[in-house]
This record gives sequence, structure tokens and C-alpha cells, in this order.
Amino acid sequence: MDQEVRRELILEHFQNPLNKEEINDASYKKINTKNPNCIDNLDISILFTDNVIKDIKFVGEACAISTASTSIMIKNLIGKTLKEAKDYINNFYHMCNEEEYDEEVLNEALAFQDIYKQNNRKNCALLPYKGILKAIEEYENK
Amino acid sequence: MHREDFPMLKNDIIYLDNGATSLKPQCVIAKQVDYYENYSANAHRGDYDISYKVDMEYENTRDLVRDFIGAKRKEEIVFTSGTTDSMNLIVTGFFSNILEPGDEILLTKMEHASNIMPWFRIAGQTGAVIKYIPLDENYFVTLDNVKKSITPNTKVISLAEITNVIGDKRPIKEITEYAHERDIFVVVDGAQSVPHKKIDVSETDIDFLAFSAHKMLGPTGVGVLYAKYELMQNIEPVNLGGGMNESFDSPEKMVLKEVPTRFEAGTPNIAGVIGLGEAIRYLNKIGMNNIEKYEKNLRNYLIEKLVVIPHIDILNLEADSGIITFNVEGLFSEDVAYFLNKYGICVRAGNHCAKLTKDVLGVTNSIRVSLYFYNTESEIDSLVELLKDKDKIMKEML
Repeated sequence: MDQEVRRELILEHFQNPLNKEEINDASYKKINTKNPNCIDNLDISILFTDNVIKDIKFVGEACAISTASTSIMIKNLIGKTLKEAKDYINNFYHMCNEEEYDEEVLNEALAFQDIYKQNNRKNCALLPYKGILKAIEEYENK
Repeated sequence: MHREDFPMLKNDIIYLDNGATSLKPQCVIAKQVDYYENYSANAHRGDYDISYKVDMEYENTRDLVRDFIGAKRKEEIVFTSGTTDSMNLIVTGFFSNILEPGDEILLTKMEHASNIMPWFRIAGQTGAVIKYIPLDENYFVTLDNVKKSITPNTKVISLAEITNVIGDKRPIKEITEYAHERDIFVVVDGAQSVPHKKIDVSETDIDFLAFSAHKMLGPTGVGVLYAKYELMQNIEPVNLGGGMNESFDSPEKMVLKEVPTRFEAGTPNIAGVIGLGEAIRYLNKIGMNNIEKYEKNLRNYLIEKLVVIPHIDILNLEADSGIITFNVEGLFSEDVAYFLNKYGICVRAGNHCAKLTKDVLGVTNSIRVSLYFYNTESEIDSLVELLKDKDKIMKEML
């Protein structure tokens, strides 16, 4: 993905994040995710139905990278089965860790394909993924 | 001024995070190296020449500190590991023994974590209650608001002399005078004030003062607790062990050394304390009043340039210390700090360890520039030039 396109994508999702809204619905699973070394702090609510991610909302405050990463992640995950979701998340981790990954699965998340070069910001991009993994794990172990 | 004394400034950086820690002049670094190279022995074991020299240098720093803050006796000076350690010793060693259920501890929501969390714990343990002094429209503490917050149950007021987010200079002397008329103790967190202005504990008459060496050109890992001599007798040591006891035979028979030695258990940070002494000599040469004046002028210079930038929101326009806190409209503080870092400019972003400020300021994070006397107008110009161009920030912050 072209660098300028990536930058535009991140800025767009930072300034107009999708699914950023408070939700008070007990059927949603709530997860907090934050980085120890910065102030990024997100609450993510996920609606799981029969092993499918039906909906995700988030609130909180975070830097441009974290916010955009969350917005894009949610857009990509809604509608996915848990298996598909885990595959997507796995690919994202691989990309951030400079390992082999499937570009097609990631689509807009490719905006972060160079993030591995900035060690201190890699954690910003990964922040929502850490949260969602925890939520999936808890859902599966319930 | 005096930039040539600071080896760090030979690196290509603009260091504007002095509220977090200060840079060290060559003489402070050399003084510590001298200890390690030429008389590296333990303290309080003066059986041979170099150990005797350690004691001399170590205790000499105590005299320097006494003089620097205007304390009456050197026994009122305890070396700790920093402001946090000093605050915990004051709260745990002194106030935990005197607070009773219903007693009130007066703080503000602008305080640093180390002037809040020890009090939170002790409130839980003793049944004392935390109360907050309301702040005025500039987020300042006024004597009037202190007066209004005091009740017959108030036992202690604990305040930063200069806060690390808003940077207002609190009227400590007036507050102390009013508090003492009502037998209320006054604790001062001097982390942000002692490095930047003349302190005189005899004049302000405060009961306790905590500060760190590393924010005043000294080494990390050293701090000071000042307590009035008669109060110090009633502080219970938190750490027991070597160097602080006269004798011990059984749990019933432990005899402690006199103050302040009884609070300095274990081998102290000798190199650090000696380095602090050198930092004080250096600061004295420049003069604390000169430092305060210089920083005030530099602050005004920065403020004048920032106020005209429409996308900059300054949170502490009216404060008069070297702390300037702001946000770039629509942007997250850490992104802006990250952008400035690309140009070698070091600023702090976040909540600055003062997590209750959000209740008052309505923002949870901000960018903080904190100045020292080695900063220059030309450094400010470089900062302002970058902050002016929001498109550039947006383009390069990712």
C-alpha cells in the first residue's frame, strides 16, 4: 500500500473513527485494554453470537495510531466467525512483527504495514488486538 | 545560560522535560566519578583515611542542604531516595501514628501521585478522611479557598509548592501561618519548586518538605526529607537495619541512633549524596533568584508566541513557573510529542502522574514543556516553529 494512502487511511480513521460509541447492553462482552507505558486506554464491547462476532463498539482515548487501528480492526472483524477472526488477528500480529502474512486478509489494516519499524508505536497498533484476543479467549472458555 | 557546563547539551537535542528530570553539569558527574575512583569506601566507618573522607563529604552535603533550604539544624535533613520516598516516610512514619478516625487530610486534585497515594492508604488505615481544596478559575490554590476548606477536624495540609501540571506557585507561607494558628501540620512537596526558586523553610515555617536531587542537577536515586527537629523525633523509621541502630539484644531492646541517622538504614547512595552536594554548590554559584527570574522571562517568551497560534490551547496561561502545559486542538498529546521527537525536541505528554487533574481540567492528557536555566529563546523558537504548522504535525506524527 502506498505510503500516502496509508497515512490518509490512518488519519481518516483517527479523526472519524467507526463504531466509537458507548454501549450499555449486557449481552456485549466488555474488555479494557491499555499500554503500561502510555496513556492509551480503550474499552471494547463485543457481541458474540454462536461463534460469530456480530458487533463491536469502543470508547476511550488513545493516540492516532491506536484509535485508527481500533477502528479498522472493528470494521474488519464484524461478521467474522471466531476462526476467521483469529486468522485475521494472527496475520496482523505477523505483519507487526515483520513476519510472513497474508495481505488480502488484512485489507485496510495494511495501513500499518510499516509499523514494525517504529518499536514504540507498534504497541499502539497492537493495543486493540490484545484486547480482542482476551475477549475471544474468555468467550471460548466461558 | 551556562550551557557549556552540560555534556548532554552537546547532543543534538532540545531538552524541555526538566519537570521530569534535569540534565547534569560536568562538575556533578565528575564529583561522583571522583568518589568511585579515589575514595570509594562506605560511610560511617571512619577507621581509615578514605572512609573518613566519605563521611566528611557525605555530611558536608547535609550542611549544604541545610543552608540551601534555610533549615535551622543539619539534623533536620534526612537523605532518602527521592521525593516519593520522602513523602512515604512522612506519611507512614509520622502521620500514621497521629491520625484518628474523622481527622481530615487536605490535598488538591492537582497533586502528583506521590502526594496522594500515600495519603489514600493511610486514610484507609486510620479512618482519616481526604478532602480537596477547591481551585480557582486558573486551577490555582488561594489562601481564601484553603481557609474555607479547613474545619475543626483538619489535621494536615499537604501541597506541592509548584504543581507539575499547572505550575502555579502556591502561597505556602500564608497557608502555613493560617494552618499553624489552628495546630494543623503543613507538608510541602518541593519536587518542582526547590530546583527553581529560593526556598527558606525557616521563613515559611512549614513542618515537612520533600524533594529530589535529580530534578536540581543532581544524581538520580537521592532525595531529601526536611522535618522540623522536634517533629523529627516523632517520626518512626520505616527501615530498620545497619547504620541506624546503637544496639539490639532482643525485640524489647533495640536502641536507635539519633536523628537523622536513624532514618538512613543500610548503605546510603553515597555517590548520589555527594553529587547532590556539588549540584547545590553549582546552583548557589548561579543564584536561585537568578534562575527563577530567567525561567520566568523564558516562560513569558514562549507564552507570547504560543497564544497567537489558534490551534494551541494553553491550560496554564496565568501560572508563572517554567511549566507550560497545552494541547494541539484535535490531536492527541502523545502524537504531538512523537512528532517533536523527530526534531530532537523532548517534551512530556500524558497525565504527568497527576491522575486526579482530569476531574478539574476536563482533559486527561496534555503536552508539558518544563524549562530550566540552560534552555534558550532559540530553542523556544524551534519548538514554536514546529507547533505553528498543524498540517506538518498531522503529516509527520504517524
